[in-house]
Amino acid sequence: MALPTRSRRTPRPSAPLPIVILASAGAAFFIIPLLGLLLRTPWTSAWQQLGSPEVLTALRLSLLASLSATAIALILGVPLAWSFARLTFPGRSVLRALTVLPMVLPPVVGGVALLLAFGRRGLLGGWLATTLGVHLPFTTAGAIMAETFVAMPFLVITVEAGLRSMDTRFEDAARTLGASRWTVLWRVTLPLVRPSLIAGAVLCWARALGEFGATITFAGNFPGRTQTMPLAVYLALESNPEAAIVLSLVLLAVSLAVLIGLRDRWLGAS
Amino acid sequence: MTLEARVLADVSAFELDVELAVGAGELVAVLGPNGAGKTSLLRALAGLLPLRSGRVTLDGVVLEDPAAGIRLPSERRPIGLVFQDYLLFPHLSVRENVAFGLRARGMARVVAMGEAGRWLERVGMPAEGDRKPASLSGGQAQRVALARVLATNPALLLLDEPMAALDASTRVAFRRDLRQHLESFRGVRLLVTHDPLEAMAMADRLIILEHGRMLQSGTPADVTQHPRSRYVADLVGVNLFRGRASHDVITLADGGSLTAAGAADGDVFAVVHPRTVALYRTRPDGTPRNVWEGRAIDLDSEGDRVRVRLAGSPSIVAEVTPAAVRDLGLDRGDRVWIGVKATEINVYPA
Repeated sequence: MALPTRSRRTPRPSAPLPIVILASAGAAFFIIPLLGLLLRTPWTSAWQQLGSPEVLTALRLSLLASLSATAIALILGVPLAWSFARLTFPGRSVLRALTVLPMVLPPVVGGVALLLAFGRRGLLGGWLATTLGVHLPFTTAGAIMAETFVAMPFLVITVEAGLRSMDTRFEDAARTLGASRWTVLWRVTLPLVRPSLIAGAVLCWARALGEFGATITFAGNFPGRTQTMPLAVYLALESNPEAAIVLSLVLLAVSLAVLIGLRDRWLGAS
Repeated sequence: MTLEARVLADVSAFELDVELAVGAGELVAVLGPNGAGKTSLLRALAGLLPLRSGRVTLDGVVLEDPAAGIRLPSERRPIGLVFQDYLLFPHLSVRENVAFGLRARGMARVVAMGEAGRWLERVGMPAEGDRKPASLSGGQAQRVALARVLATNPALLLLDEPMAALDASTRVAFRRDLRQHLESFRGVRLLVTHDPLEAMAMADRLIILEHGRMLQSGTPADVTQHPRSRYVADLVGVNLFRGRASHDVITLADGGSLTAAGAADGDVFAVVHPRTVALYRTRPDGTPRNVWEGRAIDLDSEGDRVRVRLAGSPSIVAEVTPAAVRDLGLDRGDRVWIGVKATEINVYPA
């Protein structure tokens, strides 16, 4: 060839040694704890542990609470996300900041806040107890509430981003075809943001499943009632370390599954 | 059936201020450069862009009148809007797309799907009902979009550059079919385009917009012969002929014939820019393949150019310099020879 050709391979930048050392340490920091969990798992008795009433109860309660929290988050969070994406009203940005605050708030603070609002002497708690006979703190409903409080923001911001990035002219087209706003929402908007709805719900569910701080603060730690898996792990670590490890492994498997399921969303770009 | 509208609305870059009246069976083309407010005008008529003031009535029914507090939402207006990029719902099948408007009007699913199937046959796509829009070509997608709108039987049909996203070969076929569907459509038709040829070929009347204002309105012939501004002259000030081509000779519908280079046989449009029309005092014996005699009916001076309207077979508009007019001694009513080179005639299939 007459013309000089470029090397086919893009030249690799050579890394300075301190970067290599620190990056390796950083990676090891993530890998070693996982390795510890996997290597210390009593694989032979793992199935047995998984079948123990203690573990099963926590597992069942965790599934019930996290799925309920996700359902509530969908019912309340999607309209909230839609309002943030499509409406302009005074105080919108403040309201939006408040609803995503639990993402950065220490969960235990969230639990305290929930107690002060819905606890026996809380803002609404007293009224709820006396007029409706509803007691939220230290009940399964309370655990669900704590998980919803912490996890719903993940759904709201994911769905809001989906709504913002969709081409709203599809909604225009639907309206000029005679569809009411309600029909447009159900038959056009929500189907078009389905990937965001699914991603948001999965993120929300994963967060709810792992919730610890707000749950133990607001709902306490009663086996079968409010003792979800993370709580059980924490307690079992002293009384029955093998059960703690097995429960941890289950939670790890769920997290990995979520990560793999959403890889297109997070890792696809690389 | 008539549309009467005075539209005043705020668009991001300018203010839209247009008054128009369109009769039943009339096809009006809204022409103008990108960003002139054409799409905004359609959106305002469709109820997707609120009026600041003005009034829109269709068949005597007020659709919008801010002063009277009337604003019918889009879904309650008897309109159909065809978008440049189709906007077929990607999650629905082709047939479900066409059935969408009927379902929204409360028609039972089975009935709506049957009706949608018949509309797909009418637009020449009977076998594509179960496909997803993403698998369609541009021309097919726009046919589906047209069927989706026509199925709802609108009184006002708004077409927003329906051919702009199609490639050249698809466009010719789609334009022919679109014209057929538009001819059988009984309501008011408004076509937005930035393609002057498309506008002149299809419309009974042109409305030319720029910066949100109407520059001129009239029949294509009228606008060509009397462009009211330099801009309009450059945009639509061309000679457009309709005829039948056979072996490079186009027999014109309004009398006369033209010889063009490489014209495909069949019904065609022939476009001759006034700049390329040469005028002679005596019969020229040079190279122009098209030479005929005409009479100057009108001379319009526009700065450094003079537009000369000529009656003959065919009648044509020429654009020459003031110096040429002096040299020819040309005045209203004078007879003059007209020459057009075969290579200066652009031919498009009709």
